[in-house]
Amino acid sequence: MTEQHQQVFHLPDVGEGLTEAEIVKWLVATGDSVSVNQIIVEIETAKAVVELPCPYAGVIDALHVSEGEIVPVGSPIVTILVTAKAEDREPVLVGYGAKAEHEVRRRPRKSDGQQAAVAATATGTVTAARTKPLVRKLAKELGVQLDSVTPTGIGGVITREDVLGSSQNGHATKQPVTPAGCDDRQPVRGVQRAMADAMVRSAFTAPHVTEWVEVDVSRTLELVARLRIHVAFEGIRVTPLTIVAAAVIQAVKKYPRINSTWLETPEGADILTHHDVHLGIAADTPRGLLVPSVKSAGAMELTELARSIHTLIETARAGRSTPADLTGGTITITNIGVFGVDGGTPIINPGESAILAVGRILDRPWVVDGVVSVRPIMQLSMSFDHRVIDGALGSRALVSMANFLADPAVEMLMGPTTE
Amino acid sequence: MSVVQLLTPEGQRVSHPGYDINLSDSELRGLYRDMVLVRRVDTEATALQRQGELGLWAPCLGQEAAQVGSARAMAPNDFAFPTFREHGVTWSRGIAPLDMLAMCRGVSNGGWDPQVHRCGPYSIVIGAQVLHGVGYAMGIQFDGAEDVAVTYFGDGAMAQGDVNEAFVFAASFSAPVVFFCQNNQWAISQPRDQQSNIEIYERAAGFGFPGVQVDGNDVLAVMAVTKVALERARTGNGPTLIEAYTYRMGAHTTSDDPTRYRLAGELETWRLRDPIERLKVYLARQGIADRSFFDHIEQEGEELAEHIREGVRGMVPPRPESMFDDVYAEPHARMDEQRSKMREYLASFEDYVG
Repeated sequence: MTEQHQQVFHLPDVGEGLTEAEIVKWLVATGDSVSVNQIIVEIETAKAVVELPCPYAGVIDALHVSEGEIVPVGSPIVTILVTAKAEDREPVLVGYGAKAEHEVRRRPRKSDGQQAAVAATATGTVTAARTKPLVRKLAKELGVQLDSVTPTGIGGVITREDVLGSSQNGHATKQPVTPAGCDDRQPVRGVQRAMADAMVRSAFTAPHVTEWVEVDVSRTLELVARLRIHVAFEGIRVTPLTIVAAAVIQAVKKYPRINSTWLETPEGADILTHHDVHLGIAADTPRGLLVPSVKSAGAMELTELARSIHTLIETARAGRSTPADLTGGTITITNIGVFGVDGGTPIINPGESAILAVGRILDRPWVVDGVVSVRPIMQLSMSFDHRVIDGALGSRALVSMANFLADPAVEMLMGPTTE
Repeated sequence: MSVVQLLTPEGQRVSHPGYDINLSDSELRGLYRDMVLVRRVDTEATALQRQGELGLWAPCLGQEAAQVGSARAMAPNDFAFPTFREHGVTWSRGIAPLDMLAMCRGVSNGGWDPQVHRCGPYSIVIGAQVLHGVGYAMGIQFDGAEDVAVTYFGDGAMAQGDVNEAFVFAASFSAPVVFFCQNNQWAISQPRDQQSNIEIYERAAGFGFPGVQVDGNDVLAVMAVTKVALERARTGNGPTLIEAYTYRMGAHTTSDDPTRYRLAGELETWRLRDPIERLKVYLARQGIADRSFFDHIEQEGEELAEHIREGVRGMVPPRPESMFDDVYAEPHARMDEQRSKMREYLASFEDYVG
């Protein structure tokens, strides 16, 4: 016989002694069917970003926590409607990952006299106010009676704010007290931490060389304008970056070595030259710098490439990039022109061998056929790992990208086999 | 000397001048089954930890061949000294997966009877079990027995004092011990190249015993090399250091996030060297196993996973006073006293049911 019943999944302690976690991303929605061990949510703890597998098969009944919320270990995060054998039981969570209800204080037995007194005074149950030692201490300092405070925390726990809110002596400020004249100090976490680590790893292992070249992008801008009104590109966002992406892909096809990974091995080192171009696009997002990549960009038609880049950046900005999006790039473009900058010395994404920084497009005096005329000029700066790419190869690849942007339509027609 | 390999990542059987192995078809199928089921236990345990059912789990993902190949080479009476990651070793010594998980759920005081399975408890202290193993091996010498101790440890433990001291003793007394080092490339977040400026197996020379490097993802080569080392120890020729060159595909433990310190590309490279895939290819190509066999093992794995899930959820915590039961083999007055004091203390709580 089967029956339907609700199973609540409480936030477990996925580390050792963690107390809380941020719900980063739900991978399921109410009404979705789930199987046992299907990954349903990504959480971020003080130690790691972790994917949680679903303990039950069934249908998602309700998500109790929204993305971005930080909740204590033991909080209910999702309810699953389970159709299963009747003997399925509620799991007993170990360590700190217990059910919310488990935090009932163990109370010493009273002596006979005490017990009689309790029986005489109380018909209901006597329960101590539930809160944490630090909050208890704060309440004591502020002279707040904990029984008189209305708890707003999960499971009826009195929070620090509750105590401050009911403090009588005007001490109720919600801002943490910062000593005057103290400099601002913020812990480095999450995306920023990942960025810092990746940059340090790259900057101190790969010997960087940066070269740059200026290019007249009149024809690129013309092409962009024509593609925007072309029927095949209806609903697709075409920008100069689309053409830059095509230029990089073509350069990789001419000089595959720039699309490589340096691998340390017991015997020394190998250079792994990738067949596919997984094109990383550095994106400035509310969470910080992210470098998602368009997978197998080398095999794409221009329409598909344009659409993929746009979707990729939008997804990153919305904070919905998957771990797969954010890994596996083989060469990267960073568009620093959007900040009004001409050029720079970008740091290579770890595991890759080259990165192209795209500068702003600005009208400048430019000599054409012996005459100074005004042309839209863009600077390309490319950093490459000198262990993998020597100066000659790097220069040729960069020049090939510049040539492509100088006359993209012709270069596309000719393909990578010219020269 | 080159890395010993008998089965390439593409599943091609190759020969090596120093080592070879001949296994029956059923033995080969058995190794495949061991590795698949160990991996299934491992992934299920990792999931259960993520669901709050285990306090901690150290995944052995990617190291199945090194563990199964070496442990299956041992004679029944040989004694294994594992670390907390050796689920393939304990599996091969006949220990039930639920006993491994009980320890990680904190509901058992060690997991299993070491004498019954000839396998010590999981050692959490890095390298400690290597000293235990050498001590045990020296005991075998005193007994005049023909058993061998096999100690397991990782590349990180090679820098541990305990391990180096154990090497000195084992070499000096020609103790019947095999040092089995799984070089999985990472000591938590410390890469192998920052741990030693020579290859791990080469370090044996300084202690005065042979070292051999084997493809740790090649179950046949691991078994062949371990058999030779066991035979050498059994016949009174002393220890051997085996470096099984492998890769920890998962996290150090469930508390660790390897994406913070290593590149995704590295994992991809090692995925192509998967220990199970290459044996599967070999078995299929040689006609030793067919589709129905692979499906059957897959099904067995799913049943095992369900058995583990239900078993773990149904585990009952031991009574606190049971912690005194196994301190001494015989009844002991001090333990009795402590046990009764603990009972008294527990009885002072309202919810205690005596």
